[in-house]
Amino acid sequence: MMRASPARMILYVISALVLVYLILPVLIIAPISFSSARFLTFPPPSFSLRWYQQYFANPAWMQATRVTLTVALFTVLIATPCGVAAAYAISQSKLRIMRVIHMALLLPLVVPIIITAVGIFFVYAKVGLVATMPGLVLANVMLGLPYVVISVLAGLQSFDPAQEMVARSLGMNRLRSFFAVTLPQIKSSVVAGGIFAFISAMDETIVALFISGGQYQPLTKRMFTALRDEIDPTIAAISTLMTAASFMLVLLASTRGKKGG
Amino acid sequence: MLALASPALLVILLLIVLPVGWLAWQSIYHDGFTLENYRRVFTEDIYWRSFALTFEISLAVTVIALMLGYPVAYLANSVSKGWSILILSLVVLPFWTSVLVRAYAWLALLQRTGVINQFLRYLDVISEPLALVHNTFGTVVATVHILLPFMVLPLYATMQKIPGDLMQAGASLGASPSLTFFRVFLPLSLPGVLAGCTMVFVLCLGFYITPELLGGGRTVMVSMLVSRNVELYNQFGAASAVAVVLLLSVLLIFFAVSRFISLDRVLGQK
Repeated sequence: MMRASPARMILYVISALVLVYLILPVLIIAPISFSSARFLTFPPPSFSLRWYQQYFANPAWMQATRVTLTVALFTVLIATPCGVAAAYAISQSKLRIMRVIHMALLLPLVVPIIITAVGIFFVYAKVGLVATMPGLVLANVMLGLPYVVISVLAGLQSFDPAQEMVARSLGMNRLRSFFAVTLPQIKSSVVAGGIFAFISAMDETIVALFISGGQYQPLTKRMFTALRDEIDPTIAAISTLMTAASFMLVLLASTRGKKGG
Repeated sequence: MLALASPALLVILLLIVLPVGWLAWQSIYHDGFTLENYRRVFTEDIYWRSFALTFEISLAVTVIALMLGYPVAYLANSVSKGWSILILSLVVLPFWTSVLVRAYAWLALLQRTGVINQFLRYLDVISEPLALVHNTFGTVVATVHILLPFMVLPLYATMQKIPGDLMQAGASLGASPSLTFFRVFLPLSLPGVLAGCTMVFVLCLGFYITPELLGGGRTVMVSMLVSRNVELYNQFGAASAVAVVLLLSVLLIFFAVSRFISLDRVLGQK
């Protein structure tokens, strides 16, 4: 369009610096996790897997990992069907109340998470759900729902409901026509929504700080407590693994998203 | 149709509407109706100082995020498709890293024996390590980092919709590039600025992990006030009142902004 003017050069430099600022913290963790040093030194003195060994050999970290994976899995299994059904209802129904329901389902994104966390803690304390697995799963289902709803609603927007009408006019009932016609076409957005719900459950920290305890503490709660006390490179190893898992899942979600609707 | 939405709605009602309602009730009722908790929040030093600090930090974070985010969004909007995908991927990449992991990374970078201090000492720029973390500075650096994508994405989305012809029209009528930018492009990008700033400001108001881990106990933001009242002092009523005031501030901001731009625009990202 035009030659690189001085203004343009300044734009390049500022943007490059901002991008470095964004990426640097993400890149710094892996080298620390592979370092042999007890204390943070950069560049690392020599390569070592000791922090990974310490993570995998520690029963407390392993128990926390099991809790995190179980919670994330159940969150997806519950939040995805609930979210898909709700998104379908919102997009197909012309009822006024659906707008209100749509807003309500986005509430977890609007209410500051610290408020949600304390509120849930008070309610759980009354009904005995503090430090339990079902309590942790339910809270994460609530937090994951908006991601499923947003993703599936976007998928349904490019879907032509007339196709489902055709299937029904040919004698399929509503449920069958949904599974035979609609679902295959919005599959990628459903998968993406489920994956986002999984990542949200895996990374969730604040609610877990208040409501989890005993043997049902997820990784993030243990990491938070450890970070308050001292900086142990084991956390770098766990962080590297968590980040790798997140990136792989996002990659999966975005490649799924490219196929079909 | 209503039946289809009911499982999700039930989860929302039981796990967020009921808990927040409970907080509101608890803030005004303790063996009888009382406004004592609110009196404390509005009159006691520690409370309103924390609210003031939280609003100051949120404002600073929002302004910094805008200054850093606008050029990046502008660049992503003005380069070829391939470059813009690369820039946006770099912006979104940290988005998918846990906030906790990034707090750890900033500790590793900023602490006294951290990467940045070691590097500066190696270069002989400083002789004593700088206090970069366990203070407000560290909190702001890490918070801006976490919230920056929420600024860049709505800005980029808005800039994408500005027709390029307008800039050419401005240029063909003899306006300099900077004049067309300030008179044409910038005003048209303001809805994106408002959407991004709202999201960053509101998210920052409720931030907990970064101030707790990087603030060194001195930067007591409202979220920490809530958590300390619950965990350390068992002051459930006071914690609830603080939470209610925080929530009302957030809702008020969303309501005010919704008069200018659609809320979908603000919440559309992530």
